[in-house]
Amino acid sequence: MRDQRIVEIRNLSKSYQRGGQIVPVLSDITLDIASGEFVALMGPSGSGKSTLLNLIAGIDKPDGGMLRVAGIDIAELSESELADWRAEHVGFIFQFYNLMPVLTAFENVELPLLLTRLTSGERKSHVETALAMVSLSDRMEHYPSELSGGQQQRVAIARAIITDPTILVADEPTGDLDRASAEDILNLMDRLNAELGKTIIMVTHDPNAARRARSLRHLEKGVLTADRS
Amino acid sequence: MALPIRYTLRNLWTRKLTTALTAGGMALVVFVFAAVQMLDTGLRATLVATGQPDNVLITRRGAGAEISSGVDRSQASIVESQPEIASGAGGTRMISKEAVILITLPKRGTGQATNVTTRGIGEAGLMLRPQVQLVQGRAFERGSTEVVVGKSLATRFESATVGSVLRFGGREWRVVGIFDSGGAAFDSEVWGDNDQLMQAFRRQAYSSVIGRLVDANAYTDLKTRLEGDPRLTLDVKRERVFYEEQSQALSKFISYLGLTLSIIFSIGAMIGAMITMYAAVANRVREIGTLRALGFRRRAVLMAFLFESVLLGAVGGAVGIALASFMQLVQISTLNWQSFAELAFSFALTPKIAVLSFCFAIVMGIVGGFLPAVRAARLKIVDALRAA
Repeated sequence: MRDQRIVEIRNLSKSYQRGGQIVPVLSDITLDIASGEFVALMGPSGSGKSTLLNLIAGIDKPDGGMLRVAGIDIAELSESELADWRAEHVGFIFQFYNLMPVLTAFENVELPLLLTRLTSGERKSHVETALAMVSLSDRMEHYPSELSGGQQQRVAIARAIITDPTILVADEPTGDLDRASAEDILNLMDRLNAELGKTIIMVTHDPNAARRARSLRHLEKGVLTADRS
Repeated sequence: MALPIRYTLRNLWTRKLTTALTAGGMALVVFVFAAVQMLDTGLRATLVATGQPDNVLITRRGAGAEISSGVDRSQASIVESQPEIASGAGGTRMISKEAVILITLPKRGTGQATNVTTRGIGEAGLMLRPQVQLVQGRAFERGSTEVVVGKSLATRFESATVGSVLRFGGREWRVVGIFDSGGAAFDSEVWGDNDQLMQAFRRQAYSSVIGRLVDANAYTDLKTRLEGDPRLTLDVKRERVFYEEQSQALSKFISYLGLTLSIIFSIGAMIGAMITMYAAVANRVREIGTLRALGFRRRAVLMAFLFESVLLGAVGGAVGIALASFMQLVQISTLNWQSFAELAFSFALTPKIAVLSFCFAIVMGIVGGFLPAVRAARLKIVDALRAA
């Protein structure tokens, strides 16, 4: 599994229009990520690392090049096909957790399962397992406002893994956490990668977080500059 | 796949004040919308209930209302002799030749002189209106200056109580009883002997003739013969149809005024709902981005926000209808433009009005929430996730 390429990117480019000007963000990116890898994308602000993550996660579309994830050229998918593809293949971990404040931890984790054909009982069992994995079985009925930052991020991780997605994308997952909580989250991600073989692509500014990844890709001004494997 | 209903419900519950104010605005509009229709329905019900299905009412051709009609004695006798008119016990013809006269009486409290319909009825007058029941005192004696008054009149006018005396037509008329016609227009009338009233007002002709048909099918024959008779210039109508027509002018006015007010108010309420929903979208941009990223389609987001707005409308509708239902306790009186007399009637809430008002509220919710919901659904995921 490890040698199988889960993400194949060839000559990818992306630009944005700002104030009537076209600003190139990514230029000629070529990158492969193998199944089961834990990759950190680093680079200064504006280097295009979050844009690259968004493209891989299918929430943005490239201007040119080829972007194949799990064997599917996602640049060719329609809006609704892409939504279904994300539901099946991508787990998101955001910097600010992005939990629904009006839903409990259980309900937040259950959200992606509402897009599947699982019965209510099956969903319940899946959610309980996922929350147990992130050590939050005793916080299932708590609302996000009743949880600490670290606990909220663990709920977000449970939500990200609940559908057993092909890839996990994490955008600054420790950016809003204190050192101890950040360490907990990184340990958890480490376990997901090492024990469950989850492919993780993480954008981070934090060198400590980047060190936990198995490989590092560096971006500068929209171009991949250096690799560490 | 749709977002769970609890997500929508809790979002509404979280911003209780905004929800209450928006739904409250919609409730007021629904209240006005329902109340106006209840008023119209109450008016129609009052006038339609006044007529009996197997009675015919005969007036001068083109008169439109009893007050402007004249049926002379010879014409009334011809009507009486028609075979389609039923006979009662002892062979009495079921017909009442009636004199309808407007008098003025001072209103209780303000003392303001107001037009009141006074009806002189024939011997069969009470038998032709089985809905009329004496609730206090007794019936008037024929050939006397005694009168009975409708229960609405008794509560709203001075000197309209049993034992008191009314002065009109140059005579004094003693009130000997109060009757209840079950909410019909008769409740706002004074009834006495037709001959006595015609003498007092020096009338030579009756205002109308009311007769009971031998059977409902006899109507067409009677109408064809009487309206085709060159000696008679009469209109023959079923009593219920006649009274329904009496309500038309006022009913149309109430309907048009009510509809205009409701439309103007509803525009305000829809703008209110739109502002609320735009604010809801603006406050939840990142949530929307997250939901889309998780795989919920644009349609699911659109439906969630539209459902939220529809729920606001539903709450407003339910509260508005509940408030309007209390209006049934209120009886109002106004001038009937057809008879120029005071007419008392109540607000009447029917299932049709309740359903229509609720649908009106739902439509307000949909119209108010549609554009904000479209905006939510069209947000770009990347932009939405970047929102602070």
